[in-house]
Amino acid sequence: MGKLATVTRRTFLLGSAATAGGVAFGIYQYRSPVENPLAENLADGAAAFNPWVMIDNQEIVLIAPHADTGQGVASMQAALIAEEMDLDFGQFRTSFGMPSAAYFNTALGREMAPFRFTDQSDQAQTMRGIMGAVGKLMGLQGTGGSSSVPDSFDKLRKAGAIARETLKLAASNKSGIPVEQLTTKSAAVHLPNGESIAYVDLASEAAQIEPVRDVELRDPSTWRLIGQEMKRLDIVPKSTGTMDYGIDLFFDKMINAAVKTNPRQGGVMNSFDASKAIAMPGVEKIVEIGNGVAVLAGNTWTALKAVDAIEFDWGPAPYPAEQAEHWKEVENSFTPERFDKEWRHDGDVEAGIGDDAFEAEYRAPYLAHAPLEPLNAVIKLEDDQVDVWASHQMPRFVQAQVAKITGHDADQVLFHNQYGGGSFGHRLEFEQLKQAAEIAKQVPGRHIKLTFSREEDFVHDFPRQIGMSRGRGSVNKGKVESLDLQIATVSAAGSQASRIGITQPGPDNQIPAGAWDAPYAIPNFRVRGYRVPELAPTSSWRSVGASTGGFFMDCFLDELIHQAGADPIEERLRLIDHDVSRKVIESVADMSGWGRDLGPNKGLGVAFVPSFGVPIAEVVEVTNTDRGIKIDNVWVAADVGTIVDPINFENHVKGAVVWGLGHAINSEITYSDGIAQQTNYHAFEAMRLHQCPEIHVKGLENAKQIRGIGEPPVPPAAPALANAIFAATGQRIREMPFHNHIDFV
Amino acid sequence: MKTIKLNVNGSSQTVTVDEDMPLLWVLRDELQITGPKYGCGIAQCGACTVHMNGIAVRSCQVSIGAVGNSAITTIEGLGTPENPDPVQQAWIDHQVAQCGYCQSGQIMSAASLLRFKPNPTDEQIDQVMSGNLCRCGTYPKIREAIKAAAKAKQGA
Repeated sequence: MGKLATVTRRTFLLGSAATAGGVAFGIYQYRSPVENPLAENLADGAAAFNPWVMIDNQEIVLIAPHADTGQGVASMQAALIAEEMDLDFGQFRTSFGMPSAAYFNTALGREMAPFRFTDQSDQAQTMRGIMGAVGKLMGLQGTGGSSSVPDSFDKLRKAGAIARETLKLAASNKSGIPVEQLTTKSAAVHLPNGESIAYVDLASEAAQIEPVRDVELRDPSTWRLIGQEMKRLDIVPKSTGTMDYGIDLFFDKMINAAVKTNPRQGGVMNSFDASKAIAMPGVEKIVEIGNGVAVLAGNTWTALKAVDAIEFDWGPAPYPAEQAEHWKEVENSFTPERFDKEWRHDGDVEAGIGDDAFEAEYRAPYLAHAPLEPLNAVIKLEDDQVDVWASHQMPRFVQAQVAKITGHDADQVLFHNQYGGGSFGHRLEFEQLKQAAEIAKQVPGRHIKLTFSREEDFVHDFPRQIGMSRGRGSVNKGKVESLDLQIATVSAAGSQASRIGITQPGPDNQIPAGAWDAPYAIPNFRVRGYRVPELAPTSSWRSVGASTGGFFMDCFLDELIHQAGADPIEERLRLIDHDVSRKVIESVADMSGWGRDLGPNKGLGVAFVPSFGVPIAEVVEVTNTDRGIKIDNVWVAADVGTIVDPINFENHVKGAVVWGLGHAINSEITYSDGIAQQTNYHAFEAMRLHQCPEIHVKGLENAKQIRGIGEPPVPPAAPALANAIFAATGQRIREMPFHNHIDFV
Repeated sequence: MKTIKLNVNGSSQTVTVDEDMPLLWVLRDELQITGPKYGCGIAQCGACTVHMNGIAVRSCQVSIGAVGNSAITTIEGLGTPENPDPVQQAWIDHQVAQCGYCQSGQIMSAASLLRFKPNPTDEQIDQVMSGNLCRCGTYPKIREAIKAAAKAKQGA
């Protein structure tokens, strides 16, 4: 991202204004009342719109406001602009830009509308439009929910097209040649006589004219970049150790901080004794931060060691101290008082099931996010400005959270977003940022780098929701006839919302996610959500509700199919009433050679769990060896409508499968004495390389709406594995992590 | 505190630190060599992997007082963006990285593996590389890249 991310907003604005003829293009300037982040402080003659594209006489800068925590969205966003603007990779620089309401996310809100993803009715679409507009009204700049591609796809191509056409007009004015005779290629406008004018040489001209607003997006048949294999922009730095993450930043006279706060999350600090810590060489200062203490030292190691030497007296946790009590609370939640919503009821399950119900109960534990780069932040506080450097998915909330502590206005908080070393939902939270602000208030005027120890990162993670399901169902003449699923989980969305001072309105659609909108025409089909009262605080974890609901739903359906004596693929295909989804299941059956003779001790399991609007099916092949279950192969077919970059698509799918399988097999967070018992990777490792199967990926493009793929491959992985283990061993595993019930190689 | 002379990436460096300070933190905070990453601090993730005399070690577990005259090589010393090592080149060609935070360690482990096993079997790859955690799940690509790097090195 280079220098734009590391200079202050003020410098950035003055700098761009001072550059002769700096020009910024965006698509909302002509219809949007949203505040223009570049309008202030611009000098005469410099045009300013909501910027995705900035050109001066030196360079082209593309603003990529979606946070890149490894999913490659910086490259994706740039590619969409470059496609229409006729830029090649290498001809521009990217920046995450500064937080702004102009970068509101419409795709996130659209998915909040309570309609099944297969529902394209006018009512559903109207409601999605309204929900999308909420993102604009709130100026909700956010990355998550696999929304970056759907949010960006039209918007950024249009921003690129506006830039291109405006540059052509500028070239026309300069050369006297009509616009119709001009073409663009490789960051230049080309004249009929074979000459060309580089975009950067048109910057001052373009700054003087109104941008061309009436632009058409190119026909997909002419795309140069979209759909082609891309070399992502960060691949060389990330392969040579030269990528700077937030944790790698250094500033003159910077001081390093480590913290400990009550490991019983939300509990108070009664007292502490830092006499040993303050005596350690290299320790400069010890400050209280709410429910804990920060040590400031010459280097991070000293700070971490010193904070470990402090003796604390912590107050109790504001939630049950022992894991068994958490489970009890979940078990006791299938009651009218905790009923959240009936999300679906086709036919009549009570009549359909009758007295002869098949029943099964499923459970899913808390899980940590544990991205490999521990939480960190650099902060510098001055009277009229606070600079913050970190990687975060919700930049404007960072400003608000920091400002609330330091007493500045939110727009005096200059947030410099950084490439993140993973997130998986972890960088939606604010703990280290709030703590950094508490420290900075007491140590103003100096750069402070706060680094969480891995242990602090684990015990202060807000894990994935804990939950369970109760399924009842019936079969008739070899077919699944009734399926009644009750899902009870804590509300991760509600927990998150409470931490930013918002009350989540209405029922939580993530409780039944992965279950209620399955496009199955089961004659009697009901899904109900129950909201477990907040226990330990929780947060969105890669694929959110579908990571639990999809496991509950698909495994229970698989059990009913087995009860019916039907084939798992054939019966799912018989029940599917959505063409795009049917093709996904047919594809994965083909790819995996479903129905072939497997030989002894082997099993295939299939799962189909749509999430974030993406129909996706996975088949897992396992061998039951004498040392345990070995996962041999996974086949995945998914339909995102349009694949922007086949390489990144495949990487996302494979990574998400590893994520889904690894946690399902190996991982859980449990509480004892109010503290998470898993405090480092020895106790929470998910998947390592030796367990990783061959993963075979096919992307389909039958769906009309473009979708993101970061999360959807997670939910089917666990049920496909459980179903495969059943096929190979006859053992049904109804609780994650599976290794508590069966060994794995 | 002690003044210690180090040989890092072919150049001589002097630091004045506690002898117990782990090599990782000397590299990162004293020398600002940030390719080696802090991930766990207990040799469970491998993000801090560097070479001592060509052998992969977890730099979070090596105290600086024990380094002596050993030649330390970090990812920055293996190759550069302009002139990458064959292992780095394979990582680039196969677009292994997602978040990339573990990849310095992955590459240093792979480079060490290939030094001792120029043509590693799948089992050898599994054994050596399972010490390096990747939360993004880039393992399939890591396997591909190691095999490509092995081929490239043998061809060279």
